Amino acid sequence: MNALLSVIRRDLLLALRRKGDALTVLFFFVIVTSLFPLGIGPEANLLRKIAPGILWVAALLATMLGLGRLFAPDHADGTLEQMALSPSPFGLLVMGKIIAHWLTTGMPLVALAPFLGLLFDLPADALFLLTLTLLIGTPLLSLIGAIGAALTLGLRGGGVLLSLLVLPLYVPALIFGAGAVEAQIVGLDASGHLSLLAALLALAVFFAPWAATVALRIALE
Amino acid sequence: MSNRLINWFKYASPQSFYPLAGRMIPWFWGLAAIAFAVGLYIGFFVAPTDFQQGEGYRIIFIHVPASWMSMFIYCVMAFWAGLGLALNTRLSSMMAQALAPTGALMAFLSLWTGAFWGKPMWGTWWVWDARLTSELILFFLYLGFIALTSAIDEPRRADKAGAILALVGVFNVPIIYFSVQWWNTLHQGASVSLTRAPSMAMTMLLGMLVMAFAFWMYSIAVALMRVRAIILEREAHTDWVKQLPEVQGAR
Amino acid sequence: MQWESPAAFFAMGGYALYVWGSFGMAAVAMIVEPLLVGRRRRDILRRLRRERLAEELDEKP
Repeated sequence: MNALLSVIRRDLLLALRRKGDALTVLFFFVIVTSLFPLGIGPEANLLRKIAPGILWVAALLATMLGLGRLFAPDHADGTLEQMALSPSPFGLLVMGKIIAHWLTTGMPLVALAPFLGLLFDLPADALFLLTLTLLIGTPLLSLIGAIGAALTLGLRGGGVLLSLLVLPLYVPALIFGAGAVEAQIVGLDASGHLSLLAALLALAVFFAPWAATVALRIALE
Repeated sequence: MSNRLINWFKYASPQSFYPLAGRMIPWFWGLAAIAFAVGLYIGFFVAPTDFQQGEGYRIIFIHVPASWMSMFIYCVMAFWAGLGLALNTRLSSMMAQALAPTGALMAFLSLWTGAFWGKPMWGTWWVWDARLTSELILFFLYLGFIALTSAIDEPRRADKAGAILALVGVFNVPIIYFSVQWWNTLHQGASVSLTRAPSMAMTMLLGMLVMAFAFWMYSIAVALMRVRAIILEREAHTDWVKQLPEVQGAR
Repeated sequence: MQWESPAAFFAMGGYALYVWGSFGMAAVAMIVEPLLVGRRRRDILRRLRRERLAEELDEKP
């Protein structure tokens, strides 16, 4: 447990020293969402209708953008190999890195989402639900993304490849996350979506760090 | 019993599988050719015109087998890839990589024929129908597997990384299918049921099954051909490859 | 027999584009794929033969 916490602390410190990286992801999220009204037109009804989908897709892309930094810097300076050889279980350390990654990219997205929702004139309860789905959903995105980041570690053209691997696996999260908000807007019960999203998160917490660890060991061989 | 076990392991080495596959390929091509001939004959000349869809329904004689194969090949591919990861057998990983392009092709054919079926029946080339959408995502999963394995230069790493991706994918396919189904029922707008009339004529079903068998034989034949090429590429430095008659023979 | 004439067969009851578009694409794909695999095999065999010749030339004085 100590090892987990120290990895998280270390990664957060590193992220604090390089604030630019985390901010880039946030700016990307803001810019992509504000491009949609410019492309589609300012009609409020339409924007309200497509807002959950747009915000979710933008959050998904922003998370993916941050995945490149999950393992690559540690791989480059050899820290990752040290971790793999260290006495504490490697899986736990990987989990710590994923949590730290979520704290620096996922959580800011969640915090920012309600404000961006205001740009689309979402009602208060929909804003709340949007934030809630992103709160459950972004850890899921980080967990699944970690597998892709581990598989593409150190490959040329890794970024594009990563998106090809990870985006199809993001589909269920997108459907349940954006679907919950949409259901709420049209006056349906959103709890089914939410519990399915939570179930996916529970599954991913169990399997994704393990798969990512195996993938990292393969990449380090 | 132990004898048979040894036999299986004997064929698990690329060296002994290579000539065995070479002997099997013509048989599978032959079976494929016969099944295609019979299936097309039934499909075009025996199966009656559908009273609702006219002659347009004949597309299902390739659409349905291609969709089946695309899903089935993904499972087989994940099985071989997982076996290669667990037992460290090179041949099973090569098998997985030999299957991937054929599976992607089947997914593509399923989408293509689905569009050509949808245009006259639904009036549009593409409908965000649950099955079509899942098939599209399956196609993306195939492309991801092919892209990942071909981006890694070192063969053993490519095998293992591909295996993890295939296994993650195979567990995700049901989740994706379920989520797409869920999404589709929420947005009732474009949903047109693909299910055909319950009383599908016996000959139609027969034609479809024969065509499915033909697709099976084709996939096996082409995958065996590809695995032989992969074996040669991977084992190029070994003595047994250098001793092969096709390498020694005419220049 | 289903069809009154070859023309009726090719017209497919007005669905010619869709039926032949589908079957045509399937036929093209299933002919091209084995050809590509065959070319892959020929390429690797050519490489192997060239390497063998190079080795033989090395061995000769």
